[in-house]
Amino acid sequence: MDQPQYSLDPRVNRLRLLESGEPVEVQEGENWNSFEVFHQEKRGAHHEHVGCVHAPNAQLALVFAKEQFARRKKCVNLWVVRSADILAFNAEDEDMFANNAEKTYRDASGFKVMEKINQFKKSTHDKK
Amino acid sequence: MYGGGYIFDEPNKRQLKEEQLHDDPVKLAEFEARIARGEKIEPGDWMPSEYRRQLIRLIEQHAHSEIIGALPEGTWITRAPGFKRKLALIAKVQDEIGHGQLLYNAAETLGKSREAMINDLLSGKSKYSNVFNYPAETWADVTVIGFLIDAAAIVNQVANAKGSYGPYCRALERICYEESFHLKQGHDAFIELATGTPAQKQMLQDALNRWWQPIMHFFGPPDKTSVHSEKLMQWKVKMASNDDMRNQFLDQYVPKIRELGMTLPDPELKKDETTGKWRFSDPDWDLFKKVINGGGPCNAERLQVRQWAEEHGRWVRKALMNPGAVKTAPVA
Ligand SMILES: [Fe+2]
Ligand SMILES: [Fe+2]
Repeated sequence: MDQPQYSLDPRVNRLRLLESGEPVEVQEGENWNSFEVFHQEKRGAHHEHVGCVHAPNAQLALVFAKEQFARRKKCVNLWVVRSADILAFNAEDEDMFANNAEKTYRDASGFKVMEKINQFKKSTHDKK
Repeated sequence: MYGGGYIFDEPNKRQLKEEQLHDDPVKLAEFEARIARGEKIEPGDWMPSEYRRQLIRLIEQHAHSEIIGALPEGTWITRAPGFKRKLALIAKVQDEIGHGQLLYNAAETLGKSREAMINDLLSGKSKYSNVFNYPAETWADVTVIGFLIDAAAIVNQVANAKGSYGPYCRALERICYEESFHLKQGHDAFIELATGTPAQKQMLQDALNRWWQPIMHFFGPPDKTSVHSEKLMQWKVKMASNDDMRNQFLDQYVPKIRELGMTLPDPELKKDETTGKWRFSDPDWDLFKKVINGGGPCNAERLQVRQWAEEHGRWVRKALMNPGAVKTAPVA
């Protein structure tokens, strides 16, 4: 191995990083908790889920969310919520929504009023 | 950047373990049918253990590549020529760190903690894109990275964004959007040197010559030597073969380099017009393996810098985690 003893990065040399070799181990939880981020593009629009950040608390989660998800393009507001506080259905229970599309009585398209009107108009016209 | 097309796997892990061969066949068939229909897999879904393992490996190494990839460029921020280039480089480096965060989050949905991923990076167990084991010697190296390494990464990331795992696709969608700025600012800086003074041109040519071999390594060894990619293709974990991605990259970018009067240090590099495939001299794959296993010019430095950041950032992380602990009441 031909590792150089100095770096092209002056900071690396200043800190003598290439000499120290103490292994570091990061403890579980040291990188904080995760927070889900919701982004509002303009006033009046819904907040939409855009991803998550790691933060020690909600206030800092907002700061990190601003850096991560609102450094370009339009944004007027952000929400954050602890990922652990999100309650969701199991992905496996997806079939409970399976026949939604069949419930035509819940849809405007399930009611054919024009057909009946036209039939009525035709029948009264025929009587004359 | 920088999902290096090549995802390193420890050789002894290439054989599937006993339990990985015995996923519930009914569930496996449902899972494969869902992917064949073009549906995405989400974190709560059943998935084969090998799919989970391969995805963690892929996304984790991609995340590490973003973080480590920011180092050679980050050191150039103070020396970038002019205010506009400094601003652009700061913005790009911030984006790359952000990409790392997005990807760590996506990998975490598969059950490996961020701390465990960082520990595996620091201990050398988990790899990152091999190109970042080389130094950025001059400003021209930074422009070659910004233009061509980002371009190569985009070829890979655009392909992966069509993969089967929902959280990874969503992260990549955002990443690809930001990468378009990286590519453009890199191209702009590249053009400035290529059309500049003779000294600038020479500096750029030197950097191109240095970086060409790592760039040819970027997408990994040729298909004929790659193991276990068929299943990964079927599961839409791997979206294109190493050779196909390399060819697509050459097709898109070699003309953009040559039109500026720059040359590439490979006399064999030429497009075969009948097959549409690029021909080139065989990259040195022994060197590639040596560098990925720790023998490159910057491997030690990259990890030391990362380790230093973890060590010296620890008190900040702790203080923020527990703000009450530092409060003291007046004693008199
Ligand atoms: Fe990136
Ligand atoms: Fe990038």
